[in-house]
Amino acid sequence: MSIKEWPLWEVFIRSKQGLNHKHVGSLRAADAEMALENARDVYTRRSEGISIWVVESNNVFASDPSESQEFFEPADSKIYRHPTFYDVPDGISHM
Amino acid sequence: MKEVNITELERMFQEKIDQDIKIEPKDWMPDDYRETLIRQISQHAHSEIVGMLPEGNWITRAPNLRRKAVLLAKVQDEAGHGLYLYSAAETLGADREDTIDDLHSGKAKYSSIFNYPTLTWADMGAIGWLVDGAAIMNQVPICRCSYGPYARAMVRVCKEESFHQRQGFEIMMTLAKGSPEQKAMAQDALNRFWWPALMMFGPSDGESKHTAQSMKWKIKRSTNDELRQQFVDVTVPQAEMIGLTLPDADLTFNEATGHYEYGEINWAEFWEVVKGNGPCNKDRIDTRRKAKEEGQWVREAATAFAQKRAARKSA
Repeated sequence: MSIKEWPLWEVFIRSKQGLNHKHVGSLRAADAEMALENARDVYTRRSEGISIWVVESNNVFASDPSESQEFFEPADSKIYRHPTFYDVPDGISHM
Repeated sequence: MKEVNITELERMFQEKIDQDIKIEPKDWMPDDYRETLIRQISQHAHSEIVGMLPEGNWITRAPNLRRKAVLLAKVQDEAGHGLYLYSAAETLGADREDTIDDLHSGKAKYSSIFNYPTLTWADMGAIGWLVDGAAIMNQVPICRCSYGPYARAMVRVCKEESFHQRQGFEIMMTLAKGSPEQKAMAQDALNRFWWPALMMFGPSDGESKHTAQSMKWKIKRSTNDELRQQFVDVTVPQAEMIGLTLPDADLTFNEATGHYEYGEINWAEFWEVVKGNGPCNKDRIDTRRKAKEEGQWVREAATAFAQKRAARKSA
């Protein structure tokens, strides 16, 4: 059996209740269970987390940095989505 | 993608670096930048892994349970640091297996310090205090490295490493305050590790062939000699505080510059060790190779088990 490399997994950790899972790094493991245990051993040795997600790196579909200008253009051109676009006269408060 | 020529891409790349914008794995980068990083990060990873061996030598002989638990935790951290770094190298397209094989074939280097033997328990103190101390000095500026994954790995490593230095200093301090034999043991360890620790910063700036380009790319943020000087300046008072003497007759404080001036480093010895002729080079690589070969069945068994479990799930 050819096992040159175990698959690569991306590790996400929730550091405490109320916060979202955040990408912390990656590791190699034979399967998801092993990835989870390895992630615990390398990324939470000092109580950095209370919950871990592992996702096989192959399953991550990412945007392409060389196309990011076009890809994110719709957000850049709509400045009226920001409150600073609007003039509020002096004397108006709570807005 | 728009048609842009290489010169233009390189100019844009350097502009990002100059503006302190981090480079991420999928961004365009010059081939030399990628290769330099792969070389540096994998050497760094190898150093973490080979660095487990001199200390692993003393785990079973630690003087008490507390010291043993601490040393085990430290060595486990080094394995983790190796993993963070191999992962960072992989984001650049380096193949992990090939990287490790390059270490085993002698093609890739690792820090020369780990080719010195650990003869007494005091060496655990000297390594933690000096070797981890020098490593921290080297690694703190890399937290600001232009390559995102390397910088992030370094932040994690530096956070964990500060306990390493303190536990080493504690060992040295305890021995230095102990019986005359214990103090002599601490002094002997300091005598043997001081100069190799200074060599950890690498060749002098004039001799370092990668420094200029690496500084321009912000892979490196300080020169070897700057970091070495910083290390000497902070370590001399620490040695004085615990009553140990640094093995350098030329060491003097220069009032005008505010720096300690140190004696000539034995560069001939440094290059011999780098070339593979240090006291433990062969032993270290043999041990790593043996670990890989003898662990092969474990990796195969884990793969077989994963396949079996997957098959049972889909059945």
